[in-house]
Amino acid sequence: MKELTLATVLSNRRIAQGIYQMRLDWGKAPAAQPGQYVHVKIPGDSGRILRRPISICRVEGQVLTLVYQLVGEGTRLLSLVSPGQRLDCMGPLGRGFVVEETVNRAAVVGGGIGAAPLLELVAAYPHVAFDIFLGFRTAELAYDVAEFKRYGTVHLYTDDGSLGQKGFATQGLKQALEAADYQAVYACGPQPMLKSLQRAMQGSDIPCYASLEERMACGVGACLGCVCKIKAGDGWQHQRVCADGPVFPLSEVILDD
Amino acid sequence: MTDGNMKVNIAGVEFKNPVIAASGTFGFGREYGEYYDIACLGGISVKGLTPEPRAGNAAPRVAETPSGMLNSVGLQNPGIDAFLAQELPALRAKDVVILANAAGRSVDEYVYMARRLSDSAVDMIELNISCPNVKQGGVAFGALPQSVYDVVSAVRKVCTKPLMVKLSPNTADITLTARAAEDAGADALSLINTLTGMAIDLDRRRPILANVTGGLSGPAVKPVALRMVYQAAHAVRIPVVGMGGIMTARDALEFLVCGARAIMVGTANFSDPFACPRIIEGIKDYCAQHHIADINALVNTLAV
Ligand SMILES: Cc1cc2nc3c(=O)[nH]c(=O)nc-3n(C[C@H](O)[C@H](O)[C@H](O)COP(=O)(O)OP(=O)(O)OC[C@H]3O[C@@H](n4cnc5c(N)ncnc54)[C@H](O)[C@@H]3O)c2cc1C
Ligand SMILES: Cc1cc2nc3c(=O)[nH]c(=O)nc-3n(C[C@H](O)[C@H](O)[C@H](O)COP(=O)(O)O)c2cc1C
Ligand code: FES
Repeated sequence: MKELTLATVLSNRRIAQGIYQMRLDWGKAPAAQPGQYVHVKIPGDSGRILRRPISICRVEGQVLTLVYQLVGEGTRLLSLVSPGQRLDCMGPLGRGFVVEETVNRAAVVGGGIGAAPLLELVAAYPHVAFDIFLGFRTAELAYDVAEFKRYGTVHLYTDDGSLGQKGFATQGLKQALEAADYQAVYACGPQPMLKSLQRAMQGSDIPCYASLEERMACGVGACLGCVCKIKAGDGWQHQRVCADGPVFPLSEVILDD
Repeated sequence: MTDGNMKVNIAGVEFKNPVIAASGTFGFGREYGEYYDIACLGGISVKGLTPEPRAGNAAPRVAETPSGMLNSVGLQNPGIDAFLAQELPALRAKDVVILANAAGRSVDEYVYMARRLSDSAVDMIELNISCPNVKQGGVAFGALPQSVYDVVSAVRKVCTKPLMVKLSPNTADITLTARAAEDAGADALSLINTLTGMAIDLDRRRPILANVTGGLSGPAVKPVALRMVYQAAHAVRIPVVGMGGIMTARDALEFLVCGARAIMVGTANFSDPFACPRIIEGIKDYCAQHHIADINALVNTLAV
């Protein structure tokens, strides 16, 4: 049977502008797959009754690391949690990134806070040579770049050119696709990034997997609150981001405006 | 201390305790069945079913609001055929009362659902009348006493299972729709369904839900739900099942005291996947501490 985990906060600190890293003692080694997430209860009696889905950024032994961006009240309250406090978590949940055994050269594309789950991905498959395309709005929002460099070749982009090259991570991937022999592409980022990635991958037969975001309630597939549109036959069907995803083959996802 | 009696009987159906998982929050029992044995529940009301499969509304479908949430899932469901073939057998294998939550766009569709479900292994039908009546300009069946009466009496003629009618709070006077359902032959009532609401993303000046409006649930609605359950229970003779914002055993017991014979737990499952078993244990503890030998003795004991 699945359980709740009362994880102990080891550290919770700001690592970039509006971005925090929280390290949790999970009590045992979590059975986590890159791309899975934990569903975190907002501590205290805030009246925020829904949990917050946060991707697993890194697993080392029984330490699970989350990286989260301050968006609203829930993440603000999370940023106030002190070491030693307990956090009520469900998970790891969802279907993450599956790296097939035949893959030994791949690209990852991360935009903004979407880079977080990709760190565990590149760390979990040391035999794969990764080209890592990371895009941030500006230098102050970049995080974990040094960590990524340990696991592959990092190509860094910012919208304003304040760090790395000026432009988008997907532009870098598009250029690289012409020469490189990737066997797979893995991505996570905002909707506009995924759309431009979808365009960049058009006509290519390299499988591309992307992690999607949607507002969630249950996190387990029971409420149908978090659906996305996935191609099926001549049309499409709703699938649950929380349980059928969050990772889907990008060519099958219909991204609305 | 030995446990007192937790069993309740509603319209001839015995529930091992008064805690039922609310429709739309518990799927068909599979997901939470990975967290605990769902046979510990009094009952399960499955996701609202319709004659044909439905895709439901576009995302975003959920929005958090102060002490509550809005949902505009719509009636996404696999349809009655797939429910009977693919979901019911696994659920039936569990020792738990099954309520089939049924919906439709017209009286004919409700009648069709009642026929199909009467021939099935479900224990009870819960008629979800919060849906828009396509032939009446989209006004929800549950909004007006006359349309409640019309749909329930048509269903009653073909329904051979115990019939529970789930009332909508989006009506002028809940006692009128409660009585209309009773007069039309309902065996029991459940309430409340969600209250229509909105949530706004101010900076983008857009509604958060793609559907613009959605149904409010969770602790925010509890005072309204208690009031409506209290009023409905005093307006009819048939048993009433209460819900709306129940998060704890104490919340559940408040509904019983106001006249509910059993309760349903919806949104609380999202905050805590163990909400239902936790509430069941809490009710047992409360009864033990207060020397209540039979849970039924608490029902309708509000002193006013
Ligand atoms: C599978 C998945 C993985 C995620 N991983 C991360 C991560 O690793 N790091 C990170 O910073 N963020 C991540 N997010 C987004 C994160 O869940 C939201 O930023 C967060 O819930 C916002 O909460 P809030 O209370 O601060 O914001 P508010 O806007 O006040 O939240 C209100 C409600 O909307 C929901 N919500 C708001 N924005 C989002 C969003 N973008 N996606 C989903 N729900 C949202 C909240 O969960 C809450 O229910 C992930 C989302 C999903 C679906
Ligand atoms: C996501 C969601 C889906 C729901 N779907 C249905 C449904 O299909 N049929 C129905 O009768 N009620 C549905 N409801 C209403 C609940 O069963 C319940 O009446 C309501 O949420 C109030 O209880 P709560 O505050 O405990 O959640 C749904 C509620 C939620 C939150
Ligand atoms: S959040 Fe409930 S089904 Fe995905």
